[in-house]
Amino acid sequence: MGKVMLEVNELTTKYITRFNEDVYAVDHVSLKVEEGKSLGIAGESGCGKSTLALSLMGYYFSPLHYTSGEIIIDGQNITGMNPDAVRKSILGNEIAYIPQAAMNALNPTQKIINFIEDVVQAHDPKVSKKEIYELARERFEVLGLPKEVLQRYPVELSGGMKQRTVIATSVILEPKILIADEPSSALDVTSQKMVIKMLRYMMEKGYVKAMIFITHELPLLYNVTDDIMVMYAGQIVEKGSAQQTVFDPIHPYAKGLMGSIIVPESGLKDSKLTAIPGTPPNLKKPPEGCRFAERCKYVTPECKRFPVDMKYVEGNRSYRCIFSEEHLRKAYQNG
Amino acid sequence: MKHTLQQIFHSSKFLTGFVIFMSILLVTIFYPLFVPNPPLEIIAQGSFFPPGTYVSNYDAVFSSTAYTLNLPDASAKRIAAKLGNKERSDIKDYLIKVGVPADQIDTTNTTQLLDQWTKNYDPKANIPGMIFSQQRYYQRLDKSLAGLLSSEGLIIAAKNVDTGALEQVGMINQNDYVNIKEVASVRTLPLGTDNFGRDVLTELVKATSVSLEIGLIAGTIATLIGLILGLLAGYIGGAVDDVIMFITNLFTVIPSFVLLILISYSVGQEHRGAVMVATVIGFTSWVWTTRSVRSQVISLRNRDHVNLSKLSGHSLVYIITHDILPYIASYVVMAFILQISSAILAEASLSILGLGPKTSEVPTLGLMMNWAMIYQAQILGKWWAYFPVLLVIALITFSMNLMNTGMDQVFNPALRD
Amino acid sequence: MAEKKSCLKGVGLTKVFGLGRNKNTAVDHVDFDFSEGEIVSIVGESGSGKTTLAKMLLGLISTTEGEIYFQGKKRDIRSQRAKKEYWTNIQAIFQDPFSSYNIFNKIDSLFLDCINMRGGKNLPYEKKVEMMTEACSFVNLKFAELTNKYPFELSGGQMQRLMIARIFLLKPKILLADEPTSMIDACSRATILDMLLKLRNDTGMTIIFITHDIGLAYFVSDKVFIMEHGKFVESGTADEVILRPKEAYTKRLLNDVPKIHEEWDLSTVDIKNQ
Repeated sequence: MGKVMLEVNELTTKYITRFNEDVYAVDHVSLKVEEGKSLGIAGESGCGKSTLALSLMGYYFSPLHYTSGEIIIDGQNITGMNPDAVRKSILGNEIAYIPQAAMNALNPTQKIINFIEDVVQAHDPKVSKKEIYELARERFEVLGLPKEVLQRYPVELSGGMKQRTVIATSVILEPKILIADEPSSALDVTSQKMVIKMLRYMMEKGYVKAMIFITHELPLLYNVTDDIMVMYAGQIVEKGSAQQTVFDPIHPYAKGLMGSIIVPESGLKDSKLTAIPGTPPNLKKPPEGCRFAERCKYVTPECKRFPVDMKYVEGNRSYRCIFSEEHLRKAYQNG
Repeated sequence: MKHTLQQIFHSSKFLTGFVIFMSILLVTIFYPLFVPNPPLEIIAQGSFFPPGTYVSNYDAVFSSTAYTLNLPDASAKRIAAKLGNKERSDIKDYLIKVGVPADQIDTTNTTQLLDQWTKNYDPKANIPGMIFSQQRYYQRLDKSLAGLLSSEGLIIAAKNVDTGALEQVGMINQNDYVNIKEVASVRTLPLGTDNFGRDVLTELVKATSVSLEIGLIAGTIATLIGLILGLLAGYIGGAVDDVIMFITNLFTVIPSFVLLILISYSVGQEHRGAVMVATVIGFTSWVWTTRSVRSQVISLRNRDHVNLSKLSGHSLVYIITHDILPYIASYVVMAFILQISSAILAEASLSILGLGPKTSEVPTLGLMMNWAMIYQAQILGKWWAYFPVLLVIALITFSMNLMNTGMDQVFNPALRD
Repeated sequence: MAEKKSCLKGVGLTKVFGLGRNKNTAVDHVDFDFSEGEIVSIVGESGSGKTTLAKMLLGLISTTEGEIYFQGKKRDIRSQRAKKEYWTNIQAIFQDPFSSYNIFNKIDSLFLDCINMRGGKNLPYEKKVEMMTEACSFVNLKFAELTNKYPFELSGGQMQRLMIARIFLLKPKILLADEPTSMIDACSRATILDMLLKLRNDTGMTIIFITHDIGLAYFVSDKVFIMEHGKFVESGTADEVILRPKEAYTKRLLNDVPKIHEEWDLSTVDIKNQ
């Protein structure tokens, strides 16, 4: 078992709306990522996966507010730190975040190298421009990006190239953890593949020690990450290795999600996609019991009574359902 | 719709603006009902009477009953009112000369000053360095002070119709009072009179309502033209767009205020009524509305709901009125509000240059500024002739801009918090 | 399959935007022949011209060159009347359900428009409600819960299902679905696809799928057209094109999509590509 790079215990964060209502978008989430590993987070839109990504950075700004729990990065507990200190010493140095449309964040009037200078000097103003250039050039070379890009303006680059540049820049300070929130969803398939290839490189070269990858595209997640965590309505409902979670899900929601995967492979045409009826619960007033109960095929009155805890099963997996693993498997077999 | 209205009224900016604007509007509506004086009636002989309550002397004297009040501070007040600043400083000079320490003399404290005067003044005293005329002056001053202090009444005499001789008809004592309600003719002029001797407040209320009318007419015309041209250019596109944008660009590069001056000048004073001026303003200020409506429509035109509406077989007019207009309605309302306030400003600017509506019919805010300026109210310090006008103009535009920003915050998602 | 009647045919279809130096050929001499009751997919990356082609087929934009034949006859939609007539036969579902609705209109009015278009303007209101209820139940929604509601009160999946209900009411010969599932979640996607397939089976309409998702195209369609730079580079039955691709471009597209049963080969792309 490798060194734990990121440990999150019972993290809860909420949004406060304009009308002063609380929306608990991340509800008692615990996770661990070891060195050299990547964790994928899957779920429908609105399940809280992007909020989790924001919350993991330990830097909160309105309307997102911290409620409880702790975040430990490589042994350092960052909860309760001054937001300014978090911004200066944690973001970029310890933990890097790539949002979906990161490429649109590039200043169109700045060359890429100026952008990198800004990033580095924000954390250490003493570094000279020459040093930064050398560092950037070397890093780009290793990652397989052409060094000419450094002297270009964002408009001269394709969307995919911009995204790759931003990602390469975000790890220039060698953060311990990289959080990538749908880093390739806005791109076409070929650029997506290049982004993934680069993320792999970065892990191999040790520019990042661990990665959290968020996407709703399950085939992509399966190919990128070691472990997969399925989120539903702000909670984790299933956690396990990528292989197990995709091919042998335990939780009914995960089962439904995996049954809706479409890939251009033979045999797909004859398969039947599973559809989950209904919509996720309103997180302003989440249900008392199991949050998936309303949409679950196997629901019993018992499900709706009490909050459901995670159950741990062999193979380092866990799921959030009142039923035993055998019970669920039997139910799946019977259709 | 209801929800949006609620949101708008939740915005404190909009609410403040709305309250200010509605108060002004309500005053212009209700004031004439309670004070039905004609706004342009000349009531004063002379210019710039200061604000205050004017009581007819004649009626006061001949009011039916006289009351006797023994108010202890009456005489002091009377003297205080009569004793000018020059006299006070002259008294101070004298007192210093006879040896009263300067720090003990307070020219604003009338009782103490008079006390010191009666104690120290000696008409016969020969003060070194005082010339004869000055001596005489102080003697006269002393006498007039004595007259002020005397409790003798005032005799009212009238000519006898038969003999032609003056006869005493009445006597006014210093402690005679009239109740102001019993005086036949009293007029309160809260803002005094203007250069022509007209009641400024009544005139101002009328002027505000006329200016608002001008703003409304001009704003409606400008918004309508802008909206129609913008919709056509944006939705139909192609050659129609080219022609409309050509005209719009023409109007953009010609400074609209210069155009406004030229048109107003060529229309001529005789034909320039308030409506005419409003129309001219409206026809020169539609350009920016056209441009922005056009760009909004272009971005809407390619939205899927418009495509879907086309596929449902709806006509051009239906699509414009049902699928485009509602989306830009909030924007148009905001543009309309800004148009009104800028039209009021434009009228004021035109009138101050003497190109406003003809002066004999109605007052407008701009005309009032123009009159105050011509008769040098600002140099003479007659603040009531121009300051209230400025304040009203500022309040109207301020309240409208506030409403606009308030609405912008609701409708523009980028500004939402 | 060969005896099937032609439903929509295009010969040398071309669309050029702009003039002179700014000329941009979005669709470049495209030929096709869609049969009745078929599901065809047009697959292409962004900028391949697939949406422009869709708009030409719908008659929302004019064609620069080429002819479209509808049920064997040359399409003529120059007059508003002819357009209206054409649109009773071809309808569309767009990508973004949130922008497909006029947010100021209630859901009822969307359906009433459809009934009017099918000539049901003078039907008694009860009959109309019955029709709307039927359409809603086709997409597993209850009309009673939707009546007098505004579109923004629904989720994206529900909105897209209502769009299918609209098609159910209109019963066109051809349905053009422009990325109907790309903005909604995987779970709702299965529902939408199910409904579209059911719609085809029930009414025998031709469905043209415009998509960038080659897996989705494979799953739903009988025939697949791969489009690149305004041209069809490969076409054929779904099995032919997806399982046994011939063209390099198709192979590349297939290769770049992540899969779960087969190895995803990352070595085929070069990060240096600007």
